[in-house]
Amino acid sequence: MSLVTDTAARPAEDFRVTRSRRNVAWTGAGALIVVVVLAYFPYIVYSGTTAILVQAFIVLTLASMWNLLAGYAGLVSVGQQAFVGLGAYFVLILAIHGTSPFAALPVAAIGCGVAALPLWWLVSRLRSGYFAIATWVLAATVMLIIEKFSSIGGGTGMPLPGLAGFSPALLTAYTYWAGLAVTVLALAAIYLLLRGRLGLVLTAIRDDEVAARSSGARVGLARMLVFVVAGAGCGAAGAVLAISQLQVQPSAVFSVQWTAEMAFATIIGGLGTIEGPILGTAVYMVLQQTLASYNAWYLIILGVVAIAVALFARRGLWGLVDEHLNIRLFPVGYWLRTGGERRGGRRP
Amino acid sequence: MTGPAVKGDGGERPADGTPLLEVRDLVVHHGQLCALDGISLSVFPGEVYAIIGANGAGKSTLLRTIAGLHAPTSGSIRFDGADVTGLRPERRAAQGIVMVPEGRRLFGSLSVVENLQVGAAYARPGPWTIERVYEMFGWMRERRNQPTAQLSGGEQQAVAIGRALVANPRVLMLDELSLGLAPVVVQRIYGMLPEVLQSGLTVLLVEQDVSQALRVASHIQCLLEGRTTLEGRPADVTADQVEAAYFGLAGAIPAGPPPGEGSEP
Amino acid sequence: MAWVNAIIQGVLTGGLYALFACGLSLMFGVMKVVNLAHGDLAVVAGYLAIGVIAVTHIPVLWSFVIVVPLMAALGYALQRTILQRALDRGALTTLLVTFGLSVVIENALLQFFTANTRGIGTGLALVSGSFSLGSQIQIGYLLVVIFAVAVVVLLGLQYFLSKSRYGRLIRAVADDKEAAQLAGADYRHVFGIAAAVALGTVALGGIAYGMYSQLDPTAGTDTILLFAFAAVVIGGLGSLWGTLLGGVVLGVAQQIGAQINISDEVLAGYIVFLVVLVLRPQGLISRRAGS
Repeated sequence: MSLVTDTAARPAEDFRVTRSRRNVAWTGAGALIVVVVLAYFPYIVYSGTTAILVQAFIVLTLASMWNLLAGYAGLVSVGQQAFVGLGAYFVLILAIHGTSPFAALPVAAIGCGVAALPLWWLVSRLRSGYFAIATWVLAATVMLIIEKFSSIGGGTGMPLPGLAGFSPALLTAYTYWAGLAVTVLALAAIYLLLRGRLGLVLTAIRDDEVAARSSGARVGLARMLVFVVAGAGCGAAGAVLAISQLQVQPSAVFSVQWTAEMAFATIIGGLGTIEGPILGTAVYMVLQQTLASYNAWYLIILGVVAIAVALFARRGLWGLVDEHLNIRLFPVGYWLRTGGERRGGRRP
Repeated sequence: MTGPAVKGDGGERPADGTPLLEVRDLVVHHGQLCALDGISLSVFPGEVYAIIGANGAGKSTLLRTIAGLHAPTSGSIRFDGADVTGLRPERRAAQGIVMVPEGRRLFGSLSVVENLQVGAAYARPGPWTIERVYEMFGWMRERRNQPTAQLSGGEQQAVAIGRALVANPRVLMLDELSLGLAPVVVQRIYGMLPEVLQSGLTVLLVEQDVSQALRVASHIQCLLEGRTTLEGRPADVTADQVEAAYFGLAGAIPAGPPPGEGSEP
Repeated sequence: MAWVNAIIQGVLTGGLYALFACGLSLMFGVMKVVNLAHGDLAVVAGYLAIGVIAVTHIPVLWSFVIVVPLMAALGYALQRTILQRALDRGALTTLLVTFGLSVVIENALLQFFTANTRGIGTGLALVSGSFSLGSQIQIGYLLVVIFAVAVVVLLGLQYFLSKSRYGRLIRAVADDKEAAQLAGADYRHVFGIAAAVALGTVALGGIAYGMYSQLDPTAGTDTILLFAFAAVVIGGLGSLWGTLLGGVVLGVAQQIGAQINISDEVLAGYIVFLVVLVLRPQGLISRRAGS
């Protein structure tokens, strides 16, 4: 008996619609504990570890944003490094004019969000492959244009001013907390966005764009919103990058390697789930740390694994976990429950 | 009755013969929707077997599944005694099951002759050649280099049939030939059936136009919502029975052996 | 006069870009694949040529005879194994997989050949020489030969697609792969042939690039892919000769940019590309409106 005929046969009162299979309050409490523990790290671990974690925060933020674009809105962007670089340069420019880089961070994020608008106008009508290449060209163009301004370092880059007044320990701690804050805010923003109407619209678009449009969903608006949020998020990550590197070099901040890292981390972890990028970033960091001395090998292995996952395990590592343990840490779908028992539901 | 009075030579079916094409208990789903719910049929050599039914009854799904474009949920398809249920469409075409798809589906960027050449690219040996197709449709030779978009609906249908014929099939499947064509044109198209049958082919067709189907078929089967509601020879069924089977009215199932169990005595 | 020189240079460079672009256009037109690893495969061909020459010491021009068929075979294998699986899972997966391939190839090249640039020394006086038209125009022989080769390749492709059996099959499968299956064609095999042809042409381009300029592991994405795509978009999707036109427009734009400011050569090309993409995504010559 199929789900459709079965549910149609029962009275409406029998059903309840819930957001998650288990009590999400537990997950929320768990997340809070994790964040608090992480916040304590600068007091209890070596600076080497916090530096690695800052890197992880950057990659996690980027991966979450890329996942939002590709996994939820179906936009495969190979040019997000444009925003990483722009975020870094926003901080640099403000720091040159006397603002503390840490205060510049939120400005950089907002600035990148705003910058995303004209860029979206350029590429919004393009589909799939065209869109990907266009974003790539855009990023390359942005880099070439920025390199023309010697006042911000030209082609070679320059150190980030405004950080000299901090003691090393304090600088490390502040950088770490900035990274943590950006990541937590990014994940929270994504979760809230997807839980709300935007999430519904995106799921509808993913299932059947024409049907979504004809039922009134503002498809273009939804995609634009996603692009802007992703731009802001990548910009924030870029700002953290600038602060953690203490310098801004165009070839480093605009490198397409950022897209490679965020894409691979997301694919391996699981495209289309919020938990996926978290798992993927963990895998990425482990690989990177163990193979760091072997130069380009970690990217090669990461790439091969990502290809294999894309071909054979569509939903990534988190997908495998999800299927077997039925956990959603960040539930954004709906479950259909009957009476006292639980039945299968529809998940995005 | 007007029109070609061809019924194939399926007047009497051999009582113990092997059907050329045999479908058993075919169940096909489109996602969660059940399109065919246990369809069986047998087509014997030289017959013109027509499947009729309303829109959404599952006729095209049946043909597409036999052609291999759709995988059945359960059931089997046997061709010339061998199980072909798992074969890819191109392998079935190579064996001799060739379909003229619904809506013609000519290759838009290819000319008439190029369409025929593609049809002949993996052809079995046999009597049908591009030349013979030109002879059957007199107008085609002159316009063979024209892009197919410039042809009328009826002419496109002729090219589509020609493309299938040059592959030298053993079973020619025709999906909704009359769709979008004027009745006069449809008559002309069906007028080629005699020659097709004479060359040794068997025909399985799906047709929305019931009277057209009854005119040409030696055997008909009516589908409704994925199930067989009528099956038999046109001479043996009344118009009322057909109507009841088509629309699913009470008394639709004729007295006699349940549908799908082969020919009546 | 420097401008005339620059424009001639730009036009001839268009030939090289057309060599890169026609394979990309073919793969997109037939399989609907935007192969983000396209440029990197050209670089692989270039490095293969360097390796073959280093090992066997054959004359440079013989490397074409070995590497091009090898790359064509690689193209068939790649399509039948990885790309077909990706295609079965959707456009998103295909993009992701080709992007992954691009990164893997580049980093593998980086690992084995280091980031140093390498050229394929031509050793032939003819090819490294140049001739003059008047007193101020100098044209390198190599570039003219590459342009001529590009024209020959495009002519060959046109003939192949319009007259040969596989060319017809490729066009048929591109139109309607289900109908092609019904006619007995295994579209996976036909896709493989198309990929083989695409990679053969891109290999030609890669080796030519190695002779004309210097190869480095990231040239695939930094220059070749974007130029190839730009040439396809500017010239119009679905048009074979459009890739030559697109390549020429791109080359000329780049040379004009270089005349304005020597470091703006690449930027000028990108800007032209972006302008065309925004204004006319179907390109300057479009066979079909809105592919």
